[in-house]
Amino acid sequence: MRAAERVRLLDRPAVERALARMARELVEKNGGTENLVLMGIHRRGVQLAALLREEIRKAEGVEVPLGSLDITFYRDDLMTIGPRPVVGESEVPPGGIDGKAVVIVDDVLHTGRTARAAMNELMDWGRPARILLCVLVDRGGREIPIQPDVVGKVQEDLPDAHVEVAVPDLDGELGAYLLRNPEKAP
Amino acid sequence: MTGGTSILGKDLVGLEPLSAAQIRTVLDTAEHFKDVSERRIKKLPILRGKTIVNLFFEPSTRTRVSFEFAQKRLSADTVNVAAGTSSVVKGETLVDTARNLEAMSIDMVVIRHPASGAAQFLGERISSNVINAGDGRHEHPTQGLLDLLTLRDHFRRIEGLKVCIVGDVLHSRVARSNLWGLTKLGAEVAFCGPRTLMPPRMEELGVTYFPRVEEALEWADAVNVLRLQLERMQGGYIPSLREYNRFWGITRARLEAAPRPVLVLHPGPMNRGVEIDSDVADGPQQVILKQVANGVAVRMAVLYLLAGGQPERARIVKEVVEA
Amino acid sequence: MSPRPLLIRGGRVVDPSQGIDAVLDVLVMEGKVALLGAGLDLPPEGRVLDARGMVVTPGLIDLHVHLREPGQEHKETIATGARAAAAGGFTAVCAMPNTDPPVDDPAAVGFVVAAGRRAGAARVYPVAALSVGLKGEALTEFGELVEAGAVAVTDDGRPVMDSGLMRLALEYAQAFGIPVADHPEDLTLSRDGSMNEGVVAARLGLRGKPNAAEEIHILRDLLLAELTGGRIHIQHVSTRLGVEAIRLAKARGVRVTAEATPHHLLLTDEAVDGYRTEAKMNPPLRSAQDRDAVREGLADGTLDVVATDHAPHHYDEKEAAFDDAPNGIVGLETALGLVYGHLVRGGVFDLPTMVERMSCAPARAFKLPGGTLRPGSVADVTVFDPEGVWICDPDRFLSKSRNTPFRGWRLQGKPRYTVVGGEVVWEASKGGGEGSVEKD
Repeated sequence: MRAAERVRLLDRPAVERALARMARELVEKNGGTENLVLMGIHRRGVQLAALLREEIRKAEGVEVPLGSLDITFYRDDLMTIGPRPVVGESEVPPGGIDGKAVVIVDDVLHTGRTARAAMNELMDWGRPARILLCVLVDRGGREIPIQPDVVGKVQEDLPDAHVEVAVPDLDGELGAYLLRNPEKAP
Repeated sequence: MTGGTSILGKDLVGLEPLSAAQIRTVLDTAEHFKDVSERRIKKLPILRGKTIVNLFFEPSTRTRVSFEFAQKRLSADTVNVAAGTSSVVKGETLVDTARNLEAMSIDMVVIRHPASGAAQFLGERISSNVINAGDGRHEHPTQGLLDLLTLRDHFRRIEGLKVCIVGDVLHSRVARSNLWGLTKLGAEVAFCGPRTLMPPRMEELGVTYFPRVEEALEWADAVNVLRLQLERMQGGYIPSLREYNRFWGITRARLEAAPRPVLVLHPGPMNRGVEIDSDVADGPQQVILKQVANGVAVRMAVLYLLAGGQPERARIVKEVVEA
Repeated sequence: MSPRPLLIRGGRVVDPSQGIDAVLDVLVMEGKVALLGAGLDLPPEGRVLDARGMVVTPGLIDLHVHLREPGQEHKETIATGARAAAAGGFTAVCAMPNTDPPVDDPAAVGFVVAAGRRAGAARVYPVAALSVGLKGEALTEFGELVEAGAVAVTDDGRPVMDSGLMRLALEYAQAFGIPVADHPEDLTLSRDGSMNEGVVAARLGLRGKPNAAEEIHILRDLLLAELTGGRIHIQHVSTRLGVEAIRLAKARGVRVTAEATPHHLLLTDEAVDGYRTEAKMNPPLRSAQDRDAVREGLADGTLDVVATDHAPHHYDEKEAAFDDAPNGIVGLETALGLVYGHLVRGGVFDLPTMVERMSCAPARAFKLPGGTLRPGSVADVTVFDPEGVWICDPDRFLSKSRNTPFRGWRLQGKPRYTVVGGEVVWEASKGGGEGSVEKD
């Protein structure tokens, strides 16, 4: 078995710069921080959403509400991959999401199915005024017509590859990596 | 088609065959389904396109409605079949029913039947997932699970808890499912009631027996009060309901005499004034309505887990679908 | 027309009735045993049965079978049952009266006798009903039943609940020299039980029948036999205390004989786990302690005979929830392979004891011809291969039914020739049935 080739796409300073820019873009697209709500997708999206909130606080002096989404129950592939025994928690921030500009935050955008599931779940929780999609890495390969509103880095044309984002709370570092031959990886 | 092996196996026949880890998985999963009732849209798309038959050979509004809610909240298509027991020969019907279901490619069957072993019998003969909603005196696993969830909600743990099952244990599938679930998760279990309503050789099942309810309440952290079927009196197991209430009924006075607050569970429907007095049934120490709410969550969890596809394909698919 | 002479040559002849266990030839002439000896000559027109390496015994007799005819011919008929018996090495079986209608009058007894003759396989002896319609209320006409061919009376399938009636039966039967057989069970104690009362029943949520339900009636029957001086035959003893009670009664001189079934000798209630309806019978499979006591009782002679309680059921009747399935298993084609293969080879008792319990003692208990190879006696002979091993495959049974918990068991002691009245009614090479599965 060959070890997977692991190439760094973004190092820590690069991620930090990207997040700072993404925070500015979000505020700009929303015309301010009013009604802005960040909802991270389990698990790394939640971490990135927290970092984004920190960047917004630094830039604007405002703490925007933060929530999380576990899309397990909304996946369209239950019958092929089986249920996940450990399900994360979906948490709607105290002010709710009705009439809010809800930003779905995730680490990697690939087929678009996760974003679709996240939107479906959001709709079941309430009626946002607007939904934005914000991802650290867009690696292309969409299977449904979904596009991000704010992106950290675009890295397209990656057949047979896998993009991994590392966050401090889960992985002890901040960065993004490209793995080739992922099927051979452990 | 279904047929893959889920975390729980193909069928849920009882809690006796499950491991502690499997039981915990169901309870943990059920936690996530509790909040669905808080959503604007109380529905998840998990079982969209799945067909489920609720096959009830015995009347049970409460269990059937709970299963139906769970199924509908998971977007399944359900059909209820209530088979009368008086007009048909039970055994023959079961075999023929199994063959008919097999022919119709039903994904899941929820079965309630007066004969012990009926759910296993069906599960061995059809490829659909089978969920036991109560078979004779054997097991009622989703009731056992919801009792566990309710106890865990209240005490934040099961391990080390002392739970006494009070009443007609002999004829009770709820008692057996409770026994296996509780002991597997590390609780101590006792039975209490007249010896005529206890299973012979119960000590070999690892339980303590209290002939008198006062002793049980002195020992227990929680009591699960079983419904006393009126036909038990006709069967001669107890001389009268009045005397049963006098010596084994859960009353406020008995609860107040206990050295610490004892939590009261009841699987319903209650015979007020027989096994439980109204001021207990409506009092501060009972969690009976929480059991009902947890019932839906637990049944959603069981449906979700049993609906699982083939785990051996999971790794490959994961590479394609972003995690 | 008397059959050709037979010379059963070179087998190990085991006949406890004469204390014989030696390699001998058995000469059969005109349906009777003519001579036992070494190097016997074949008479003209005679046929030789090569028995070298085989065991030759007086024909095996099963005192307890249900042949279902009349009334339930979809389960078994007298003809299929008699052929299954012959294939299992039995030369005679005693058919229980709980048919539909029950065998409770001389005409019904005559029907069983005639149908048994027509079958031309193992002999079929009717056991008649003890009470009219098996209702447990009034005695049948024992005298006329015996004249018609009945060899005993019983209400088997049901116990005689009325102790007064049992006393009358034990007294009245004495005039006709027949034993009264009883299925011992106090129905008020076994209630709606469907298996042994014990921890397995508690786990499965099935109602149990306590040992006491059986023991109370065994004790009652023994007391009444002692009181009346009658002959009691206790059917299918399954509990330890039941065995002990019979041992005590025999020591007191009570005229009692008793049965052990292969399944109570080999299985426990654990076999029911998984709601296996093929392990459902009455009396139920009991604990390991009870099983061991039944073995010990059979080994020391407290229990006189092995009887199969062959109880055929159509496959879809057992294809049901446990409570709804009927009691009983087939036994004729597995009994020898189980008793020889697992108990004799397993060291529980020796071969002569097995022959005593499966041939000599049954013949004595119901005063049947056979049970011996003494010259002049009826030539009912069983020849089996002690090294013949096969795997129990119910699909090969000659019985109409397949309900056995022994599917897949390794059996040893394969019937080779079954001789009834000097005629070979079944032989392994051409008879069909399990014995025809040649693995050696």
